[in-house]
Amino acid sequence: MSDTRKQPIDFMGVRKIASVVSIALIVISIALLATRGLNLGMDFTGGTSVELEYQEAPALDDVRTQLTDAGYSNFVVQNFGADTTVLIRMRESGNDKLGREVVGALTSGGADLELVSSEFVGSQVGEELREDSGLGLLLALAVVLIYVGMRFQFKFGIASVLPLAHDVIIVLGVFALFQWTFDLSVLAALLAVIGYSLNDTIVVADRIRENFRKMREGDSWYIINESIHQTISRTINTSGTTLVVLLALYFFGGEAINNFALALMIGVVVGTYSSIYVSANMLMVLNISREDLMVPAKEGVVGEEEEEQPPEWLNRM
Amino acid sequence: MLNKYPLWKNLIILIALVIGFVYALPNLFPDDHAVQITGARSSTEINERILNRAVEVLQSEGIEVKSSSLRDRNGLIRVLNGEDQLKARPIVQNALGRDYLVALNMAPSTPDWLRSLGAGPMKLGLDLRGGVHFLLEVDMETAVEQRLEALSGQIKRELRDERIRYRGGDLEGREIILSFRDEGARSEAFALVRDQYNQFLLDEQTDGEEFKLVLSLSEQEVKSIQDYALEQNLTTIRNRVNELGVAEPLVQRQGSDRIIVELPGVQDTAQAKRVLGATANLEFRLEARQDAASAETEVFGFRDQPQRTARLEREVIVTGNNVSNAQQAFDENGQPQVNITMDSVGGDLMNRATRNAIKRRMAVLFIEYRTETEDKVVDGEIQTVENRVVEKGIISLATIQSALGSSFRITGLDSIPEASELALLLRAGSLAAPMYFVQERTIGPSLGQKNIDAGMMSVALGFALVLIYMAFYYRGFGLIANVALTLNLMMLVACMSILSATLTLPGIAGIVLTVGMAVDANVLIFERIREELKAGVPPQSAINAGYSRAFVSIVDANITTLLVAVILFAMGSGPVKGFAVTLSLGILTSMFSGLMVSRSIVNFVYGGRKIQKLSIGGKLANV
Repeated sequence: MSDTRKQPIDFMGVRKIASVVSIALIVISIALLATRGLNLGMDFTGGTSVELEYQEAPALDDVRTQLTDAGYSNFVVQNFGADTTVLIRMRESGNDKLGREVVGALTSGGADLELVSSEFVGSQVGEELREDSGLGLLLALAVVLIYVGMRFQFKFGIASVLPLAHDVIIVLGVFALFQWTFDLSVLAALLAVIGYSLNDTIVVADRIRENFRKMREGDSWYIINESIHQTISRTINTSGTTLVVLLALYFFGGEAINNFALALMIGVVVGTYSSIYVSANMLMVLNISREDLMVPAKEGVVGEEEEEQPPEWLNRM
Repeated sequence: MLNKYPLWKNLIILIALVIGFVYALPNLFPDDHAVQITGARSSTEINERILNRAVEVLQSEGIEVKSSSLRDRNGLIRVLNGEDQLKARPIVQNALGRDYLVALNMAPSTPDWLRSLGAGPMKLGLDLRGGVHFLLEVDMETAVEQRLEALSGQIKRELRDERIRYRGGDLEGREIILSFRDEGARSEAFALVRDQYNQFLLDEQTDGEEFKLVLSLSEQEVKSIQDYALEQNLTTIRNRVNELGVAEPLVQRQGSDRIIVELPGVQDTAQAKRVLGATANLEFRLEARQDAASAETEVFGFRDQPQRTARLEREVIVTGNNVSNAQQAFDENGQPQVNITMDSVGGDLMNRATRNAIKRRMAVLFIEYRTETEDKVVDGEIQTVENRVVEKGIISLATIQSALGSSFRITGLDSIPEASELALLLRAGSLAAPMYFVQERTIGPSLGQKNIDAGMMSVALGFALVLIYMAFYYRGFGLIANVALTLNLMMLVACMSILSATLTLPGIAGIVLTVGMAVDANVLIFERIREELKAGVPPQSAINAGYSRAFVSIVDANITTLLVAVILFAMGSGPVKGFAVTLSLGILTSMFSGLMVSRSIVNFVYGGRKIQKLSIGGKLANV
């Protein structure tokens, strides 16, 4: 870190390019969401899925033929993890006995198989979940806006919520692009991304606030750049440790949480970027100034004393 | 600056860690495979004698019994492995007979001294131990309709008793409309309904020669009917789950019209669903007289021979709701029958209806609610439409020989299983309103074990990688952070065990994520210390400044994350809730370990003496 100390990286120098990149990513993501849409998982659409473990790897086409012969249509057959594991998904959400019927139809062909798991979600439940989820995301953003607005200042509130929206939209965009299944666990990951990205943004914002109060010279540009510089190795280290565990989760956590880990990994990368560029950029755009952050002066208290002090008990720790 | 913690503070941290250690400990003892014995009825007691009998039978069949114990009116027999467990259940069930329920169970093997402290392992969610999850929806429309029909029947009976002549009295939507020939009759009826049925809003309408009285339910009444229906269904489902003999089932209300049922360890979903979802009910009705007006009769087919029909009265004498006990038995010809005992209200109603109807025939109607689907093309898109179907079929039509009282029998059942299932349903209580399965998840036990293994693997690996990363980057301080992180994991497990929170696969993901993010507090502090050192601050002051300056950032960042986790908990369902719980607890424990525990260790290592340099990595750190 020491060599960069002498020649601070000009983070804010590339902010125009960063803005263009961010806006482009958001526009592309929204376009993808509008045209391709999300590949919503069964949690949201309703339907039936059956996971089967065969003794010997079956030919998927045979399974499809068997199902068609048994009178089913509108199904997807794919391998899930190993080639002996077969996942069958159906759109139909009305018949709660379908899972068992499918197993019956396939075993009647003489195949040696075992039901690993089955799931059935009524379309009504899926629809409600869709609405609740959207509401939850908006609520999370609103709560963050209020908290940060109160703890810091309104401009900081906006500058921390917009990057969150930015991160969420881009993760959604990636899911729309690759048509990865978006299910309940991915939604949970998305909220965790909000939490994580916020964590990052707050740390940077905290330093910006501190520096605005501490540094007597330099314009906003300089102070923000300096703040990012001071926090960059922390940002990279925390992202690093988080990414490392997510990789472990992705490769060893099992098929069921692959998409969860994937969403978080993308979110952590985008979130790290956005806490530096989007958030700081927003503060520049909003024209943040020293006056915005001055604590109302108390009598006889000047200069450094204005800095927010940690609670007294902590100093005794 | 000495950086010394006073003794009391070190003690508090130490005590917290010791408590954490003790409560995290039970998770290291693996669960035993066991069979659990409970009484089929609450009055049946399990005692040493019964337990010993079960153990003897198992031993004679060559199954080794690890231990057996009696607790909370339950008997628990531990065996060596899952294979023995599966074999043991039918053996014990056959030996003890139908008065006892034998269920598979995973019994924690927590040592007694830990259990006496109230410590126990985390509960495993369905996705980790296998089992079924159901979400049932109560059909509220039907609940209200059924109640209205019953009320309308009662009112009409009273009008007849009072000799007030009326016409109509049928349901139109959520209203009952009665017509009268003159105003006098209407005002008499008005007074009667007002005095005895205050749940109705009354409206008088005059339409030419017809004097109408419109009865509609108040909003409040509709709500209380729906509440009642849900509560009643909850009770019924609980009874039925108990009849199924599942260890540690979960039956819970969700929202205003849904019920969650989780049955760990259950693999035969078909039976579970048939019993739980059986929305079957019985209605007892008299066969219509030859001369009865067609408006007062209904025609039904027989359940086993649909082409045969019978005309029955519209009025229901009594329903399965009034049954207090039912047992499957055999009649004199060896055919299955169900012996029924009515409660006092049901007995009265039955007696009143049958004593004037000797030599007439009474039908037992079997009612079943199902969901059927059909594909419809709407705007060029195929949509699946769900139709709820009610099927009513006569199961027996028998001549009344004498006035019936509170106990009688039903014959005409096809098979023994059908008879015993009907008895079970009547015993467990019928549902106040039909229910439909809206969600179902089955997790096989092999998948559960696979999920546990995968989860543990990723926790271990992620944990190891973070330890290496921190040690490499922050040297001595990194090691301190690693100790804090390890203790954090222990505290998190302890908190989950104390709250008996359920561990799910997403919950494990939450732990993994916590491991990655928990070091954040220490990273922030160490970076700050490095910065101070670079600025030429002496080591002891740098440590102090690092901890106190980073404090505000850490708290702000964690509180916001906590807020998001709380929202996640509030809106999430099932597995997502598990994730939210571990994430929230992880944030709290990581603040404790990151701030207090690591500080305490730093103070222990560096505090109270003059030091020249800190082992914290970075080139300028040694200045």
